[in-house]
Amino acid sequence: MTETALEDPVTTVALEVLHDLHRRMIRIRLFEEEAGKLMEGGRMPGFLHLYVGQEAVAAGVMVTLGVDDVITSTHRGHGHAVAKGADLRYMYAELFGKQTGYCKGRGGSMHINDLSIGMLGANGIVGGGIPHAVGAAFASRYKGTDSVAVPFFGDGASNIGAFHESANLAAVMRLPVVFVCENNGYAEFTPQAKHMLLENVADRAASYGMPSEIVDGMDAVAVYLTAKRLVANARAGQGPSMLEAKTYRYYDHQGVKGLRTPYRTQEEIDSWKGRDAITALEQRMIGAELAGADELRKVWDETRHEIVEAIKFGEDSPDPDPADLLDNVYTA
Amino acid sequence: MRQITYVQAFTESLMQVMAEDEDVVVIGEDVGFYGGVFKAFDGLYKTYGERRVVDTPISEMGFLGMGVGAAARGLRPVVDLMFFDFIGVALDQLYNQAAKLKYMFGGDLTVPLTLTTAGGAGLSAGPQHSQSLEAWLAHVPGLKVALPSSAHDVKGLMVGAIRDDNPTVVILNKRMLGTKGPVPEELYAIPFGQANTVRRGTDVTVVAVGRMVPESVTAATELAEAGIDVEVIDVRTVQPLDSSTILDSVRRTNRAVVVHEAVTFGGIGAEIASQIQEEAFDHLDAPVLRIGAPFSPVPFSPVLEKAYIPDSHRIADGVRQLVQRSGA
Repeated sequence: MTETALEDPVTTVALEVLHDLHRRMIRIRLFEEEAGKLMEGGRMPGFLHLYVGQEAVAAGVMVTLGVDDVITSTHRGHGHAVAKGADLRYMYAELFGKQTGYCKGRGGSMHINDLSIGMLGANGIVGGGIPHAVGAAFASRYKGTDSVAVPFFGDGASNIGAFHESANLAAVMRLPVVFVCENNGYAEFTPQAKHMLLENVADRAASYGMPSEIVDGMDAVAVYLTAKRLVANARAGQGPSMLEAKTYRYYDHQGVKGLRTPYRTQEEIDSWKGRDAITALEQRMIGAELAGADELRKVWDETRHEIVEAIKFGEDSPDPDPADLLDNVYTA
Repeated sequence: MRQITYVQAFTESLMQVMAEDEDVVVIGEDVGFYGGVFKAFDGLYKTYGERRVVDTPISEMGFLGMGVGAAARGLRPVVDLMFFDFIGVALDQLYNQAAKLKYMFGGDLTVPLTLTTAGGAGLSAGPQHSQSLEAWLAHVPGLKVALPSSAHDVKGLMVGAIRDDNPTVVILNKRMLGTKGPVPEELYAIPFGQANTVRRGTDVTVVAVGRMVPESVTAATELAEAGIDVEVIDVRTVQPLDSSTILDSVRRTNRAVVVHEAVTFGGIGAEIASQIQEEAFDHLDAPVLRIGAPFSPVPFSPVLEKAYIPDSHRIADGVRQLVQRSGA
C-alpha cells in the first residue's frame, strides 16, 4: 500500500467544502439541541423527532445539490431542511405554530418545506415523500432540466410499499433520483435485526436493477464524496442509485428523553457518540492543519447567536388568526 | 349536435387539453401503447408519444405519488387508476399527500393533479371491481370529486378538473362508457361545484349522483304520466357540493329524494339529506328519503346485482311513497 492510499481523504476535498460541511452540521446540531430544550421546557407544542447524530448525512448529501435539485424528507426532517438552506427563523416559527412559520402554523415540525430551495417537504407518513421525489425527477426530465431528486428515508421506511414502488418506478423509467437511506438502526423502537433480515438496506437496490453504495454516515467527507459521484451520475442521465449511510440518532425516536424504555444500551449510545461526525471532522481538519481550533469554534459561536435570534423571531411572532382556519385548504 | 359515447368524450377531452397545454401528461397502467383497458386513452399514445402518455408498472401508490411530485414541480398530470376499487392501495398519496400539501406548505404549493378512474356496478365485475366509494373522498378537505352522468359532462368536467389547481378526482361510470350523447366539438370546461338541474318539476326534488341521474330522469318521465312532476338535479360534483341549487329546489318542491349507487349508510346522500333538514326543515312536507344500495358488497351474480343497484323503478316507487305520505 502506498503512502497516498493512507492519506486522509479530508485532504483531497476543497477547503471551502470542508468548511461548508462543518457549518451545515453545526447549524443542524444547534438548531436541534435548542429545539429539544424548548420542548422539554414546555415552550413548544407537538412532537419533535430530533436529527442529532445524523448530521453528516444531510450535510454530506446537501453540499452536492443546488437549489434546483429537489429533496423530500421524513418525520425526522429538520436536519434536511437546515442543510438544504432553510431559514432558521421560519423553521422555529413553525415549531412554535406561528403565522410566520414555513407552514403558517398549519403543519408543525413534520411538515417543514421550502419550495424556493427545492425542499419539497418533510412528511408525517413514513415513506410518503419518496414517490414525490420520483415525480420531481420525472418533471425535471420532462422539462429538459438536469436537476436531480433525492428522497431521504430510514431503514424502517425501506420496508414500506411506497419505497419499493418508487425504487422500481425510478429504475424502470431511468429517472435522476438518488435514494438516500439513513440507516440509524431503528424503526422507532424496533432494532433493524427485528424488522428486516438483510444487514444492508442497500442490498435492496439490486432487486430493482439499481447500483448502490454503503457509506459511513458518521463521516461527512465520505458521505459527500460518495453522494457527489451518485448525484453526478444521475444528473448525467445514468439513472437512479441508492446511497445507504450507516448512522445513529443520539436522542429518542420522539422528544429528548422519550419514553425511557431501554431499547438501546448506554454502551451502544456512547460508542456512536464517540464517533461523533462533527468532532471527527474538526479533529481531521485540525490534524491535517486545514483549520485552527479557534476558527472552528467561531462557527459554533456565530451559529449560537443566529439560533438565539431565530428562536426569538419564532417565539415573538404572531399566532395564526382563527378567522383564517380555512385558508389554503383549496386554491380559488 | 353530433353524438359520441361517454368514453369517447373522455378521450377527446384529453386529446384537446393536451394539445393546448404542454404540461398535461397522462400516467397509468396500460394507458399508453394499449390505450387503456376501457379504450379511454385510445390514440393519445400515437398522437403524443411515450413522453406524455406514460405506461407504468402496477404500482398505484408509486405512480399516484409520482404524479403528486410532478404536479408539485409544475406539471398537470392526469393519473389513471383504472378501477375505483384500487384506490385503497394508493390512498395515502391522495388523502394525506395530494389533498394536504398546499395546506401544510402554507399555500405556496399547488397540486394540479387529476385522478381518473371508473366506478359503479352493473357489469358483473364482482365485489372488488364495482364499488362506489365517492363519499370516502368527499370527506377529505382539499380534494374535489366529480361523477359525470353524461358524455357532455364527462368532457366538460374532465377539462374543468385538469385546469383546476386543486387535486381532483373524476369517477367515470363503467356502465355508461358506451352511452351516446350530444357533445360539442370545441373545448369547454364545467367548473366543479355547479349542479345541473336536468329536469324542471314542482312536486318533488330528486338529487342524483352519477348514473342515477339518467335513471332518475326515466323515473320522472314515468311519474309524469301519473301526474307527479319531478325535478331532477345532477350534483355533478360531490365535493364541492352545490348545496344552494339543491336547497333552492327543495324550498320550491317541499320534498326531496337523494339517490346514489353507493351503499346508503354513510353515503353522500346522508350529507345531502342532513343539509336539507338543517337548512330547509320548515319547507319540508315529508322526511328526506335516501335511495342507495343495501349494506353489502356488490354481488357478482347478474340476478343479485340487478336487485342490488337502485334503478328507475325504485326511484319512482320512492317518490310515490313520499308523495302519498305527505299528500300531493
